[in-house]
Amino acid sequence: MLTRSLAVAGAAVALLALSACSSSDSDGNSGRLSGTVNVFAAASLEQSFTELGASFEKAHPGTKVVFNFGGSDSLAAGINSGAPADVFAAASPKTMALVTGKGGNAGEPETFVRNQLEIATLSGNPHHIASLKDLTESGLKVVLCDEAVPCGTAAKKAFDASGLKLTPVSLEEDVKAALTKVVLKEADAAVVYQTDVRAAGDKVEGVPFPEAAGAVNDYPIALLKDTGNAKAARAFMDLVQSPDGQRVLTGAGFLAP
Amino acid sequence: MIKGSRAPLPLLVPALIGLVFLVLPLIALLVRTPWARLPELLTGAEVWQALRLSLVCATAATAVSLVIGVPLAWLLARVEFPGRGLVRALVTLPLVLPPVVGGVALLMALGRNGVVGRYLDDWFGVTLPFTTAGVVVAEAFVAMPFLVISVEGTLRAADPRFEEAAATLGASRFTAFRRVTLPLIAPGIAAGAVLAWARALGEFGATITFAGNFPGRTQTMPLAVYLALQSDPDAAIALSLVLLTVSVAVLAGLRDRWMTAS
Repeated sequence: MLTRSLAVAGAAVALLALSACSSSDSDGNSGRLSGTVNVFAAASLEQSFTELGASFEKAHPGTKVVFNFGGSDSLAAGINSGAPADVFAAASPKTMALVTGKGGNAGEPETFVRNQLEIATLSGNPHHIASLKDLTESGLKVVLCDEAVPCGTAAKKAFDASGLKLTPVSLEEDVKAALTKVVLKEADAAVVYQTDVRAAGDKVEGVPFPEAAGAVNDYPIALLKDTGNAKAARAFMDLVQSPDGQRVLTGAGFLAP
Repeated sequence: MIKGSRAPLPLLVPALIGLVFLVLPLIALLVRTPWARLPELLTGAEVWQALRLSLVCATAATAVSLVIGVPLAWLLARVEFPGRGLVRALVTLPLVLPPVVGGVALLMALGRNGVVGRYLDDWFGVTLPFTTAGVVVAEAFVAMPFLVISVEGTLRAADPRFEEAAATLGASRFTAFRRVTLPLIAPGIAAGAVLAWARALGEFGATITFAGNFPGRTQTMPLAVYLALQSDPDAAIALSLVLLTVSVAVLAGLRDRWMTAS
């Protein structure tokens, strides 16, 4: 018993030393990072950012990355109302502008990935959906994102560009809510991001459509002026934009900026 | 009655803090209301669409609650059966359940792929999600417990001997309920109905989860407020003001009933 706990303790110490090493390696500058980094990020970033957050905490012991995922608009509204955020990653420049424009709550935003729309439909594609036009068939229950959120704006752009008119059954408050309606088989299809289709695995089937190329969303990330932990926040943004971070993001289906 | 000056400080201070806590947000809403833009913000067709939908759905949900909730309250108050305590606990569960969880549960039960919902779809071609009927179902699920609890409490306080007297005079149990009990507990039913209506009017979580959000069909006022807050906070404040006005009007209109109900 005693030897076992000693071994565990030893392993923990070794692990700590190891990660401390790696942190000073990747850090580059002399000061150790510490404290909490509050990251407000678009709902579509949930999987990749959670993964990046875990590797950030591992590389910088003593830091903690706390995420708040949601619709970019409600996050922006929260930040403008004084929610404690250090980093904001939005799903569109327009929602980012809500934060950067208003009295300058944030530093200069940088585009770190792009995301393209895709149709998510029931697995096995029982309705044989092959194009955006197929969604306009009557009897099909299609959900879109509300136009207030970037995925809704992009979907509207795609429909407008193709001259198609679609009456959805619901305008969801964020992209995950739209996807969930298809995962639960309540809706037959949703227009969401490629990344969401990929994250849902085999619960939905993705159908790419050419009009999506004209409605690609840039994802900007910015350091917020009110941050209490600028150094760690900056380091997290660097990780997101580093080759390692980009590998995680493109692995999730995001496009390089 | 204790005079204000004699109220002990350890009670008076927290009481005043409590009062400020409850009233301050409402005052803040008034302070921040963009009065100049108000006419423009409130004349949009979507506002009235959402308000009308809210009123219709909350009223329908209250009607549903009355039809099935009052008999349920009677059952809980007047009939001895094993497991009555458990049944009462189950009935009150939606009171404490987060509404979003209620919405998810409704999807699992009545969704197109739900435990019961799949048969509704297969046999009758009826699907509730994304329909106005779905909004009513979600609101009734969340609001009915308020009515049941209120009516059950009134029934328990009402003297059962009136019903017994009616029975000894030859009235059936149903006639006794209809002719004696119902008039007796009418104030309690009214109070419960108001509570349920108010709860249904403010319903957000179960509605957006179960019925989705589409203007004119399932977008009630709280959903409109939430989505407006993301793009146009001024519009959200204006919409909130409308809901606040409706709530105050209802409370004021039913003030006398409230008094007699208690």
